[in-house]
Amino acid sequence: MQDNIKQPLQQFILQLADNLLVMGHRNSEWTGLGPIIEEDIAFASIAQDQVGQAWNLYQLLESEFGFAHPDQVAFTRNEKEFYSSHLVEQPTGEYDFSLARHYLYDLAQLIRYEMLSRSSYEPLAKLAKKFHGEVKYHVFHAQTWMKQLMDGNEVSKARMQSAVNDVFPFAMGVFESVDGEEALIAEGIFEGESALKDAWMQQVGAQLLEWGYSLPQLAQPVLGGGKGYHSEYLQPLLDEMGEVFRLDPSAEW
Amino acid sequence: MVIEKDIWTALEAVMDPEIPVLSVVDLGIITDVSMDGSRASVKMTPTFSGCPAIKLMEKQVHDAVKALGFEEVAVETNFDVQWNTDRISAKGKEIIKNFGLAPPPQHNGNIDMNQLAHTACPHCDSENTTMKSPFGPTLCRSLHYCFDCLQAFEAFKPI
Repeated sequence: MQDNIKQPLQQFILQLADNLLVMGHRNSEWTGLGPIIEEDIAFASIAQDQVGQAWNLYQLLESEFGFAHPDQVAFTRNEKEFYSSHLVEQPTGEYDFSLARHYLYDLAQLIRYEMLSRSSYEPLAKLAKKFHGEVKYHVFHAQTWMKQLMDGNEVSKARMQSAVNDVFPFAMGVFESVDGEEALIAEGIFEGESALKDAWMQQVGAQLLEWGYSLPQLAQPVLGGGKGYHSEYLQPLLDEMGEVFRLDPSAEW
Repeated sequence: MVIEKDIWTALEAVMDPEIPVLSVVDLGIITDVSMDGSRASVKMTPTFSGCPAIKLMEKQVHDAVKALGFEEVAVETNFDVQWNTDRISAKGKEIIKNFGLAPPPQHNGNIDMNQLAHTACPHCDSENTTMKSPFGPTLCRSLHYCFDCLQAFEAFKPI
């Protein structure tokens, strides 16, 4: 593979995996704390899918791009070397915030995997086909609650609308393209963050309106995560996530 | 003299740890079996990318085939074939139902989420049911309730 493709491709896969790992970690924080037991289980299951997907992408980086073992890559880097978006590192907050983030993020993932399942880079296309079937259930779950809570009382309506407004600029920051993306587009590997964002905006807009939400104001997307610039929330998360692993990185699990 | 069919037979004794009456063969995760003299090779595909049981199943598959007398058994898990619930055998679906879970419908690639709301109850076969949550105690299960026999039940969800 030529360098002008290899570089952006490995960065693209790494960014995708980092987003999944951090999102999965945040979602796992609902384990034992969900507002009802079904939601506790749902967020824990979604987290398990996301960490599993991240693991498979790190493994692809190991086998095809010479990266270290997935555990090393996941647990020993600091925030400067993490390329996840600001959306996924935000604290779980209240359930309304977590739900709005879950909806906006997983819908983007669903469309991303649809696109990647057509990728000319076959190892990624195979994974995307697999992940797509899993994320369908994430989106179905998120849509059910987004709709139901906007169909509730004044408190639930106000809280969900405000959560969507708060999350939206962060959600738009998920579509941060890697340097050299044009080579990926030219090679038919990925259709590009901008095409993905357009498709996502269209679906989000139609669905929110159908359920009775007002469309949030178009704000500047919160970018920078893809370049290693983060909010104050990521490093403490990484410290906690890798704490046990770093006690003895050579331990056999 | 061991033949390829014997490997399949041996694999029928390896059970899914989460549904311990369902074999890895009926579950449909074995994608290829081959042998060459004293060496055997088995390929598998995971049910879910976050399946925590895959390493355990690889080992059990390895040990079951090794017991046939092969010197070397290679077990490889990959995504060359993407597992879906249509890969579960008819016998496997029967086993799932007898285990107390609603079996996944044959979907041929078209999964209608709205249909899940009326999954047939594995206890009384009624479709007067509702889905409580698309996520259950394992990644492959969803939670349901039957209005006719008034029982909560789980389904093996279509993927």
